[in-house]
Amino acid sequence: MRASKLLPLAAALSFGIGAAAADGAGPARVVSLNVCTDQLALLLAAPGQLVSVSPLGHDPRSSAMAEEAAALPANAAHAEEIVLLEPDLVLAGTYTARAAVDMLERLGYRVARFAPANSIEDARQNILQMGALLGREPEAETLLARFDNRLAALRDVPETRPLVAYYLPFNETAGVQSLTGEILDTAGMANISEARGLPYGGRLPLEELVLAQPDLILVGQPYDSPSQATALLQHPVLRATGALREIPDGQNWICGTPFLLDAVEAMRELRRDWEAAQ
Amino acid sequence: MKLALALSALVIALLMASLSLGYAPLSLSAVLGGVLGAGDPLHVMVMQEIRLPRTALAALVGAALGLSGAAMQGYLRNPLAEPGLIGVSGSAALGAVIALQTGLSAAFALALPLMALLFALGAVALILLLAGPRGGSLTLILAGIAVSALAGALTSLALNLSSNPYATFEIVFWMMGSVADRSLTHLALAAPLVALGGAVLLTLGRGLDALTLGEDGAQALGVSMTALRLKLLFGTAAAVGAATAVAGAVGFVGLVVPHLLRPLCGARPSRLLWASALGGAAMLLTADIAVRLILPERDLKLGVVMALIGAPLFLHLIYKTRRGG
Repeated sequence: MRASKLLPLAAALSFGIGAAAADGAGPARVVSLNVCTDQLALLLAAPGQLVSVSPLGHDPRSSAMAEEAAALPANAAHAEEIVLLEPDLVLAGTYTARAAVDMLERLGYRVARFAPANSIEDARQNILQMGALLGREPEAETLLARFDNRLAALRDVPETRPLVAYYLPFNETAGVQSLTGEILDTAGMANISEARGLPYGGRLPLEELVLAQPDLILVGQPYDSPSQATALLQHPVLRATGALREIPDGQNWICGTPFLLDAVEAMRELRRDWEAAQ
Repeated sequence: MKLALALSALVIALLMASLSLGYAPLSLSAVLGGVLGAGDPLHVMVMQEIRLPRTALAALVGAALGLSGAAMQGYLRNPLAEPGLIGVSGSAALGAVIALQTGLSAAFALALPLMALLFALGAVALILLLAGPRGGSLTLILAGIAVSALAGALTSLALNLSSNPYATFEIVFWMMGSVADRSLTHLALAAPLVALGGAVLLTLGRGLDALTLGEDGAQALGVSMTALRLKLLFGTAAAVGAATAVAGAVGFVGLVVPHLLRPLCGARPSRLLWASALGGAAMLLTADIAVRLILPERDLKLGVVMALIGAPLFLHLIYKTRRGG
């Protein structure tokens, strides 16, 4: 514990100090190891409070705030590297670099772990949790209120819901009980995994997918370099069904952040286009 | 003649079984109509785009591996010479991975099988050089281990360096092989080169027959050893390379199939060549059917089934070779 008490002092002496520490409310130096905590911290932290993000936080494919994160250095989540950053608070995902995170805790650093958001409610809770950790509760309340308003405005209850398959590498399909599933549901789509008894998603062979005749098959964007798991999503039969749609904004679907509402909005547009074409 | 008919009938029966077997049940009329392009367009799509490429590729890859195994064993007069064991398939897989990961195959589609061919060619040449004309077992197997290990390590390296996070998962595919969810595009890429390599290998029959009398005997019969070696090199590299480029490295087919058929061919390499091509097709179709029947919900690799059959046989052959001398 001694180390963590000394660190803010050391930081203050060697670096001068950011606005947050001057308030005395929250931790002065926050390091994030996970792409989702990267974004929540960027949304809520005071200027200068967040000092480093995860490497994925710089990747526009994975993070909706890659541009905002570009000014901050990325860390590879090695314990040694994090210690040298002298953090007052380390933000990690439940499954991020566990060995390094455990070691940081043993060394007496304050670590907050965020479970992956599996629902919109999880996303709401994450916003509040991040606000409390950073000492930025009012900002978090404001963000959450905006989030709730926009969510209410976006929620659609159409008469007919298109049958949608969100198809993933390795023949997997997104389940109903997942953030992806809830985005589809909020946008007024019926998820194929519900009809097939896969509430948490699961394996759906290509053949069964085609024979189930979904109205829309959603896939992520291809990567720059190939792999078989992702090449499956370019199988000619998917195009032949005429239902294939590529999701251009995969980064909005990954984390429980307010950006998931952008995904909801895009899906609502897609559903309305589909309705108009019927 | 009887053997040819029996093997052809077996292959046709297995082709039908493989087409009828899928993750979703389809009636026989839907299967047949679908393949021929008649009936429900949905069934036509599933049959022509998903099941047909899988079945045709299994047969094609099996034929290429069986034929190559028989040809190499005939030339080296050693029953242990098999494309997978001596590192030819592994090297072909490395070539294919390099073509894919460097973007070469995206710029020029044929680069995929051609790179695999080139790397397979290097491996066959190296093995022939190291093993010498008589193909001593020890040298052959040791050289094979070295080439396989190097190719496997470099394949893993190339996939680990990829910016696509899913690429590392396919190390298993390149080492074990699979025809699941392959498309007509893959079939079109591989088929011409496999056919070309296979045709070259099938012309070796007379030379390999003569070679059973020893090299001097063969030359006395007017067989050019240089031409034989070059044709073997190119034929094997083209057939194994193109097959591996789209289905990964499936081991043991070229070992098991010639071994099973040799007694039926009266120890004549020329008969063993086409018999092993048909037998290889039958063997791989069976393995692919087994893969789907045993664990339909998992993506089991072909190499797993082939190793279960092939490895015990391989040990048996080593034991026999050791006893023999």
